[in-house]
Amino acid sequence: MFNTLHYAFAGIVAVLVIASIVTATLIRLHPEKNYVELKLRIQTWWWLVAVFFIALTLDRTVAVTIIAIVSFMAFKEFLSIAPTRRADNKVLLWAYFSIPVQYLWVGTAWYGMFIIFIPVFVFLLLPMRMVMIGETQGYLRAAGTLQWGLMTTVFSISHMAYLLNMPARQSAHGTITGEMLVFYLLVLTQINDIAQYLWGKMLGKHKIIPKVSPNKTAEGLVGGMLTTTLLAWLLAPWFTPMNPLHAVLAGLLISLFGFIGDVVISAVKRDIGIKDSGSLLPGHGGILDRLDSLTYTSPLFFHYIYYLYY
Amino acid sequence: MQKCFRSMLRMLFVVCIAYPVVLLWLGIHVRHRERLAVKGAAIVAANHNSHLDILTLLSLFPLSAIPNVQPAAAADYFFKTPLLRWFSLNVIGIIPVVRGGARAGEDPLIECYRALEQGRILVIFPEGTRGEPEQMAELKAGIWHLAKRFPQVPVIPVYMHGLGKSMPKGSWIPVPFFVSVAVGKALYWMEEKQEFIDALKDRLYKLKLKTQPTSEVQ
Repeated sequence: MFNTLHYAFAGIVAVLVIASIVTATLIRLHPEKNYVELKLRIQTWWWLVAVFFIALTLDRTVAVTIIAIVSFMAFKEFLSIAPTRRADNKVLLWAYFSIPVQYLWVGTAWYGMFIIFIPVFVFLLLPMRMVMIGETQGYLRAAGTLQWGLMTTVFSISHMAYLLNMPARQSAHGTITGEMLVFYLLVLTQINDIAQYLWGKMLGKHKIIPKVSPNKTAEGLVGGMLTTTLLAWLLAPWFTPMNPLHAVLAGLLISLFGFIGDVVISAVKRDIGIKDSGSLLPGHGGILDRLDSLTYTSPLFFHYIYYLYY
Repeated sequence: MQKCFRSMLRMLFVVCIAYPVVLLWLGIHVRHRERLAVKGAAIVAANHNSHLDILTLLSLFPLSAIPNVQPAAAADYFFKTPLLRWFSLNVIGIIPVVRGGARAGEDPLIECYRALEQGRILVIFPEGTRGEPEQMAELKAGIWHLAKRFPQVPVIPVYMHGLGKSMPKGSWIPVPFFVSVAVGKALYWMEEKQEFIDALKDRLYKLKLKTQPTSEVQ
């Protein structure tokens, strides 16, 4: 019937309903203020939760496919903002082709290929294709940019999909499935973003990294880390096989590296000279703006829990 | 009967080819879509960098309006083979423009005039040809002659960014990139040819700026 995951989603829907009501109330009470951004942001959250729900509650193949599509859109967004050379157009098509292949390794649970395909094979083969085209002006930069993009948007994100392959385990609160691990990772990463933002807004005073991201403060980071770690400790028994100590460490891992992922993508955007990575998600910016924390937390959380429990 | 069949073919083309390529494979962000005319007669003047341009423009209109939207295209290119000719006329729905026809004594725009008389939405590329990716060439005078015949018909400028990068001249497989489109306010015929051309070019340049990603705001 209904398992932990269904109840968890009901919880998220409840939070969203509250958020929507609060926003509607704010709009009615303060008609002179502009709440368009906030309204769009929450609307997009509804859509994201819907996709997330479909991904995790249906077939595993559906889940892997949806995450593959997410990688596709993220890589496309990356290439749309990063400088590319016209000569590399054919190479880019091959790079895109690596996406369904990588997710094939995920879908068939072939760990060996999943873990080396992009860092070894794609890394070696794409520059070979570039040499065949022969355009050496800007060669190093193009090869570096392309590999970096694939590692960030495909290799990293595919770790979240591989979590689905973790065998089911029994725990005190029921069966722990791969889907629950994905839920845990995603919810903590996103809550971390929101918590750091809110704590920063309330108490933010000491800027941590003004050259890259002027809005990040020590108070925001610490507040977010505490919130996320608390939540990680609370949710672990229901969604993961972790004991309390490991859960706390997982919380610290996700909250710290979620922050790092965010500022790394910010550094890239600063380098290119843009504010948002795109406009796919109304109220949030581009898909990379939403996924940035996940590019760090996915592989790190995966290897952490894979090593300790699987 | 034949007209109905042709309309169905054109709509099928948009649903089966234009939508998947433009909306899923590429991805599109449109500014000021409401400025686009959905009923004729109207002229849509867009920049030209790729064969994807016409697919993208078609995807902007509601499906029911498609049979009324016709792109002006060079007869010497699209009538090269009988199959291509049939496909261009019946599936894409082009209005043939005979390039260099002025020399032979016939007005190259004669079919365009007919289309506008019938109340169609005519899509035209004033640059005349696909130029270098993401660069705008000089606008040809044909658009002024066209507008002169129909001074009440709005000329709607549209700028598309990213298609030349995705599938430039010489390429046949589109590389997935996000595409940005900006629709401008309508322009009407002006008596001075250069003034009109300059005004149109200026509008297109301003729209081009709108399609670039927003820079860091401090």
